[in-house]
Formats: sequence, structure tokens, C-alpha cells
Amino acid sequence: MTQATPLWEVFIRPRNGLSHKHVGSIHAADEVMAVQAARDVYTRRGEGTSIWVVRSADIVASDPDQAGENFEPTADKIYRHPTFYEIPEDVGHM
Amino acid sequence: MAVFEAILELADDHLVLGHRISEWCGHAPMLEEDLAMPNMALDLIGTARTLYDRAAMLEGKGRSEDDMAYLRGEREYRNCLLVERPNEDFAHTMLRSLYFAAFMRPFWLATLEMTTDETVRGVAGKAEKEMAYHIRHAGEWVIRLGDGTEESARRMRDAVAALHIYTGELFESSPAATEAEAEGVLPVRADMRAAWEDVIGQVFAEALLEAPEVPYPQTGGRKGLHGEGLGHLLAEMQSVYRAHPGATW
Repeated sequence: MTQATPLWEVFIRPRNGLSHKHVGSIHAADEVMAVQAARDVYTRRGEGTSIWVVRSADIVASDPDQAGENFEPTADKIYRHPTFYEIPEDVGHM
Repeated sequence: MAVFEAILELADDHLVLGHRISEWCGHAPMLEEDLAMPNMALDLIGTARTLYDRAAMLEGKGRSEDDMAYLRGEREYRNCLLVERPNEDFAHTMLRSLYFAAFMRPFWLATLEMTTDETVRGVAGKAEKEMAYHIRHAGEWVIRLGDGTEESARRMRDAVAALHIYTGELFESSPAATEAEAEGVLPVRADMRAAWEDVIGQVFAEALLEAPEVPYPQTGGRKGLHGEGLGHLLAEMQSVYRAHPGATW
């Protein structure tokens, strides 16, 4: 089954102006069937206006073993968060 | 003959095919299709519900949508024979959907152009898009099975041999349908042939399939003359309602 129908990652854009978000994966024989399967599995309740599918095998992921060196150095750099500014009232809601 | 009977014929086509496709729920070969098939079944059953409601209203005898679906026997069902054919395998199921949707898509598009019945127009606007998707979904499967492995190609050819003889009935208008056509409610069924053959021709060319000559098309559904399978289908579909008449949930 998995050789004939490899795994695909599915990305759905809920509305115009928003970006595609990963929602899950499906099995399908090729890209045409993958878009159909994604439509049938993940947009049954009006979730989307656009679908992307990508072969799971084509995704390059970060190495979980490098999570420490990748992500922990940001933990003590709170000055990167935009929380040190007073927003003038005239600017309103941001 | 009355216009409501023509709408009833259409409703029966959709309910019976919808029920047939729903039989795959929980049995499809992969999860993706196990969701896709009920999706398509629900499209068809949704169309049937609105059409039953409209037919009952036009009849004016106080029957409800449920009465139409659950309290008529097989001789009173007016669906074409194609839609009641058993699922058999994926090849039969997908081909049956392709044949049906390739007829209904141009039928609904033509309906949008001409019908004087606002409810029917509403159904046509929604169903036209659903049928476009059914053509795509079933068509892509027919192509892949037809031009697939030795076994899938054989099954696809068997399905064509078994089902093609039922397609002629799609283009026939019963006396009731003829009246609905004359009154400007529904388009002339025979006019859909070019569009239907165009879709089937394109899919078959890619699927390496040939449409056989059909010297003796199978018809009779519009007169209530059905195959053995419809009785079983209705017995299952109607059993709960008949055991608990008037039940709601």
C-alpha cells in the first residue's frame, strides 16, 4: 500500500490573506489523487479555499538531536520580543 | 402524467446512487476513499432530499420527503437502472459514478439556463459543482485503473462491459419527463448526449478503454421495472423507518 500510495503532507489555506497551514497527511498514488484525497479528508467542513500537497519524502526537517543547539539559545534573549515599547494611544490596536 | 413525477425520477436516481455509494462507508480500500465515498453519497442524498420535498409539494397530497423515500416499494421507484447496479468492485463503482455524473453535469447546467422552477434552479446551481467533482474523482480513478496493472485493467474492462448497456436509459425521457420538458421545468435529456460522450471519450482515451456498441440497451427503470438488487437495497434502506413509522432524530 505505501509503495503504491506514498505519504503526502497537506497544507490548507483557510481564507484569502492567511497562509497555508499544515493540517495532516494522506496516502495517494500521485499528485492529482493527493489533492483530491486532501480535499475529501480535510475540507469537509468548509475549512479551506486552497490546498497544497507535498510529498512527505521531499520535506527536509531539522534534526531532533540538534534541538538544543537550534532552539535553546533564544531563550535568554527576551529583548527580541517587542515588549519594551510604549505604544502611543493614537496608534490604537496593533 | 405530471411534472412532479419527473422530479421524483430525478430524486430516485440520486437517492439510490447515494445509498449504493454509502455502502462503501467503512469498507473502502483506504481511509482517504472511505471519506471520499460518503462525501459523494451525501452530495447525492442532499440533492434527493430537496427534490423529494419539491415533488411532494407539487403533488399536493400531503406526502413528506420521508414518505417518498421510505414508503414506496420497488415498483414505485422510478430510478434508471444504472444507479441501482451493485458496487461489485472499485472499477464498477467508479465507472457508474462517472457515467452518472457525466450526464448530470450538463443536465444541471442546461437546467440553470431554462427552468421556470426556482427550487429546481437552486438544486441545479449546487449540484452542478458537485457533479463536476464527481466526474473528476471517478474519472481519475477510471484512468488509473484502466491504465494500471493487468488486473486493474481487466476489472475496468469488465465494468465497462457490465455497465455500458445501462447508459442509454440516461438519455430517454419518460412521459412525465417529456411533460416537464414541455413545461420548461427540466431540459431535454437526449440533448445531453454530446457532452456526455465528450467526457467519457476523454476519460476512456486516457484509460485505454473502448466504449462498446450496445445493440440492446437495458431500460425499464422509469416504468418501475428494476433488477433484483433494488429490492434488497430498499429493504435495507427502509427497514428502520418501516419498523418505527414517523420516527425522527
